[in-house]
Amino acid sequence: MKNNKNKIKTDFSGRAIQICGYIFITLFAILCLIPFIMMLSASFEDEKTLVLNGYNLIPRHFTTAAYQAIFGPGNVIIGSFFMTIGLTVVGTSVGLFLTALTGYALQRPDFKGRNAVSLFLYITTLFSGGLVAFYLLITRYLQLKNSYLAILLPSLMSAWNIIMMKNFIKNSIPHSVSEAAEIDGATPFVTFIKVILPMSKPALATIGLFIGLGYWNEWYNSMLFLDSSVKYRPLQLVLYNLINQASYLKNSMAGQNIAIQDLPLETVKMATAVIATVPIILAYPMVQKYFVSGITVGSVKG
Amino acid sequence: MKSKLKSLGKTIKKDRKFLIMCLPAIIFFLIFAYLPMPGIWVAFVKFDFAKGIFGSPFVGLGNLKFIAMSGKLGMLVRNTILYNVGFIVTSTAIQILIALLFNELTNKTFRKYTQSFMILPNFISYVLVGVFSFALFNNTNGILNAILQMFGQAPVNVYENAAAWPFILVLVNLWKGAGYGSIVYFAALMGMDKEMLEAAKVDGATSLQRIRYITLPSLRPTIIILLLLSVGGILHGNFDLFYNLVGSNNVTLLNSTDVLETFIFRAMVSNSNFSTAAAVSFIQSIFGLVVVLVTNGIVKKVEPDYALF
Repeated sequence: MKNNKNKIKTDFSGRAIQICGYIFITLFAILCLIPFIMMLSASFEDEKTLVLNGYNLIPRHFTTAAYQAIFGPGNVIIGSFFMTIGLTVVGTSVGLFLTALTGYALQRPDFKGRNAVSLFLYITTLFSGGLVAFYLLITRYLQLKNSYLAILLPSLMSAWNIIMMKNFIKNSIPHSVSEAAEIDGATPFVTFIKVILPMSKPALATIGLFIGLGYWNEWYNSMLFLDSSVKYRPLQLVLYNLINQASYLKNSMAGQNIAIQDLPLETVKMATAVIATVPIILAYPMVQKYFVSGITVGSVKG
Repeated sequence: MKSKLKSLGKTIKKDRKFLIMCLPAIIFFLIFAYLPMPGIWVAFVKFDFAKGIFGSPFVGLGNLKFIAMSGKLGMLVRNTILYNVGFIVTSTAIQILIALLFNELTNKTFRKYTQSFMILPNFISYVLVGVFSFALFNNTNGILNAILQMFGQAPVNVYENAAAWPFILVLVNLWKGAGYGSIVYFAALMGMDKEMLEAAKVDGATSLQRIRYITLPSLRPTIIILLLLSVGGILHGNFDLFYNLVGSNNVTLLNSTDVLETFIFRAMVSNSNFSTAAAVSFIQSIFGLVVVLVTNGIVKKVEPDYALF
């Protein structure tokens, strides 16, 4: 097919589609990329220039003042950064493991109760108790206000991820693989660890990315359940507070020997945004090669 | 009855290994999904934090009546549905268009890089989207006003222009979801049977005809399932999008940007009015469930294979 592609003369509509396609996709891709470039540039911009002259593709007066303020002594942002990394790593590993384990069990044809358990999970996507009930559960009944567990626990698993995992294993790994392993004396759990997990890389990469992004980008539960008595709050919440209350930084720097008016608020905001984005951009290429196949196989209904 | 219990006991014994594997998930959903469900009761009481959910005085439909009478509920439901319709229509169209174009373009390196760039917005938090949108629209050093000034136009204050926000929110939603959504459709295209395309090519069908009569129809199952899923969520506003772009205190924009989710949040967090929040939440949950069941029922009748359950 590849060889005779050039031999068959492309018709006019084909050429028109090609040209429009390249132009449209290029423009759209630029539109997706530009905000990130401007953010990066603004984080290295001189504060006064940014406030007075606005954003630019490259910094007009290059300075690292914003990053010096963030990495400087007494600033909580860098602590928040490592706290968020820890939260993401723990949440993603535990959540992904449990998601895969449940997904594997639910697709076993010899698991008689699989439909009942699947229904039990599926109902949660149809009906929920709502925000008030969830808030009261966390704060009043589980007593998790101002605890990192309030952020870690609720995002561990989702019914959609389990269904996707189940579909992936069902569609790409024949049951005979498990049977063969178990004839050799392995228990289902050992089969899962030693045989199924290594064969599920695309799904693990894709769902792991979803769970990881969920933790990294988490700010809603943090906003609800962590107040200012928690020193290191998740990075996205820090960023949110930076935008919405300029006083936040002043408070977090109280007692330090930094003159408040010298603090480059606008550029610190941009530098924090950069720090909150870089890990995502670094993580994506690692899972990219699995991404399309992970989505394809897992999304088939069944 | 006894024999039934016995056979259930036998099944559980046989399933023991698998049930243990599912146990963490079962406990998880029991606590975080099922335990809050009775909390919907807050909608029917005058909630008092000290007395708890079931100790607070019962007021029946009083909370619901109060919101319905104020006319607020109608506006919130209308906004939520209209926004979601706008989101679904524009996103689906552009995602399919991009997937079709990717499918036609022959340069693989080009595809790989543009796909990576286009998926970036999907990976960032709405907080960051809020940062971007503020940088674009604010009237002190905003990019939009800088561009307007370049062309000799008067600056505008977007944050005081209620009519602009439906368009902004739809466009931002489009921008954020286009890359990922197009990959989902593109993945579906990769799985399609190429033989028919080759046959059509030999028979002299133009590219446009092949897209129109072969490629696009092959996306039908994916389109129906994704549409079904989004229609099911039509009463659920995207809280993150609205809250981060518009903010919570902008009264000027409230009429055109307030959706069920933002109202519930404000009622609970800003006004500590748990009963009002729960009442709106209750309406949303019940009607949301009805919408899912009805759309699924319709799909089941028309296209039995594509129904979700």
